[in-house]
Amino acid sequence: MTSGLWIAVAVLVALGVASLFYSMARFLFRRILLGVFVMWVVSMIVFGLFFWSPSGKLAVAQRIAGKQATPQQVHAVLVRLHLNDSLPLQYWHFLWGIPGDKQSRGLLHGSLGYDFNYGLSVNHVVAQAAPITLSLALGAGILWLAMGLLSGILSAIRPRSIMDRAFTTLALGFYSLPTFVLGLMLLLIFYFRLTKAGLSWFPAAGYASFTGNPANWARHLLLPWFSLAAVTAAAYTRLTRGSMLDVLGEDYIRTARAKGLSERRVVFRHALRAALTPIVTQFGIDFGTLVGGAIITETVFSLPGLGYTAVNAITLGDLPVILGITILATAAIVVANIVVDVLYAVLDPRVRLH
Amino acid sequence: MTVGDIISQTPIPDEGPLAVEGEAARKIEGRSPWRLAWERLRRDRAAMVSIVVIVLIVAMAVFAPVFGSITGHGPNQQFRQTGLNPEGFPTGPGSNFVLGTDDQGRDVLVRIAYGARISLIVGVLATAITVTIGVIVGLAAGYFGKIVDTILTRVVDIFLSLPFLLFAISLASVVGPSLTIVIVVLAIFGWSTVARIVRGQVLSIREREYIEAARSLGAGSWRIMFIDILPNIIAPIIVYTTLLIPVSIVGEATLSFLGIGVQSPTADWGQMISDASKYYTAAWWFLVFPSLALLITTLAFNIFGDGVRDAFDPRADRMFG
Repeated sequence: MTSGLWIAVAVLVALGVASLFYSMARFLFRRILLGVFVMWVVSMIVFGLFFWSPSGKLAVAQRIAGKQATPQQVHAVLVRLHLNDSLPLQYWHFLWGIPGDKQSRGLLHGSLGYDFNYGLSVNHVVAQAAPITLSLALGAGILWLAMGLLSGILSAIRPRSIMDRAFTTLALGFYSLPTFVLGLMLLLIFYFRLTKAGLSWFPAAGYASFTGNPANWARHLLLPWFSLAAVTAAAYTRLTRGSMLDVLGEDYIRTARAKGLSERRVVFRHALRAALTPIVTQFGIDFGTLVGGAIITETVFSLPGLGYTAVNAITLGDLPVILGITILATAAIVVANIVVDVLYAVLDPRVRLH
Repeated sequence: MTVGDIISQTPIPDEGPLAVEGEAARKIEGRSPWRLAWERLRRDRAAMVSIVVIVLIVAMAVFAPVFGSITGHGPNQQFRQTGLNPEGFPTGPGSNFVLGTDDQGRDVLVRIAYGARISLIVGVLATAITVTIGVIVGLAAGYFGKIVDTILTRVVDIFLSLPFLLFAISLASVVGPSLTIVIVVLAIFGWSTVARIVRGQVLSIREREYIEAARSLGAGSWRIMFIDILPNIIAPIIVYTTLLIPVSIVGEATLSFLGIGVQSPTADWGQMISDASKYYTAAWWFLVFPSLALLITTLAFNIFGDGVRDAFDPRADRMFG
């Protein structure tokens, strides 16, 4: 009897909690469903792109078989890689795996397949490249957020002051600077000129693992971080400045000042929190995009991250690697968008998820 | 012709007994939003300087052959004797080659002038296509609402989730690199943002009385969308368009840098910078001057775009000046 009562209470509590989180859960469910749909469409597009021309797969097989290969050998490669199967069947292989072949499990089994050239698992290829891209993205993200927020806040506190003009002009300059131009300029000045002057502080290119030697890791990433961060930070300076100026004009800021709060408290505790909302949104989207591979920066600084690996795979016609990284990159953007929407509701209680 | 144009062409008497009347007339003269925007833009010194710079860049592109005939160097002409030093490396700026030569012994200055053509053409063309698609989709989504809106918004969401550069490179590897691919890629990935902006604007205008009036007069959907709604949201579209041009120019340079755009020997800034990246330790001028050309161009367009935005919306946050 009592146990039945307890169950009833538990059910009621669970229902109460569920109804509290109902809108959130419903929102998450819908967004995740939509995200899966987007990833499915993207995988189809990449698949379709790759098989656009029938000569494409022949060229791939030819490249793998070698220049001296006989037509029979090329054909053998086509058969081995299942490139001769029909398109829907190949897509099924990618999704589910090759029937009867326990080695070749598909995406729904958590495997991205095997690369064409070396037969390496794409999961392994991605696992090798991902830490490099993540190192790049994390460092650059922290740097640009710090630079953008600081300069934006300082500009907004005293609009039209010399500092404001200096920051906004600088931001406009960096905003107009393509990432690859800044990266190459940094290489020219900080690698080449310094090294020529006898100060070899910065390496020309390459990556050093964090676990090997953190200081060396940072030394290798400092220029890539900065070239990525400076261009992005410029947009954040503008965003922070605009957002802060809007918020600083609100009534509750005047109230806070009238209460006699210190200016620092007003700016950082009262204004910044409200001004952060659009910045968090932008950061989530930018960071998500970056996690899928910073192609330009990785190319300029020869960092073998996801973007660099993908570009190589594209020149080699290595479809499984291209597909794997594209799926991952899309997933990163989709997840970042969902996280941003949830964070938005947390930061700004007026926002209701629907 | 807008009302502002008509007013500005009306002569205002400034002599004799009519002078007072003329001054009084000037005081109450009606000014259209266009005229107001233009007057604000004209007072914006930074924007005016940027216009001059843009005109100079356009002139450089148009008169690129003049650079060739003055220096006597064709854009693709290789000067293996005079343009390369005995070790086969580019020669620096001097009296013969004002901005030095590239790895093939070609004149960097002449190639920068020719490269401006591609940057400007692609910048303007890609922007125009992007804005056209975006405006049509945004108008349709905002005006029809319901199922049309849902579908179009989902499509926009999908496009906004695509990894842009990965797709561009994949596409180029399949169809082969070309200028058309660059423009197509820039338009494919640009229109969704425009559509979003336009849709939002249409939603705020759709319920106004004059739209209802147009509908009760028997106007069709097309007429309402393009004749009644579009002119009323043209200001944000113009602002976004001017700000999109530098984005397209950087986009073109980036894609060409990655080898997707115009192929050698056609002169192109992104392509030049890409070639120069292999030689920057031997020939800084080969890297620095095309980069400067690109930076000055995007900077000028960005300052101009900011000026246009401020001119149309004086309350907007002023970035420059």
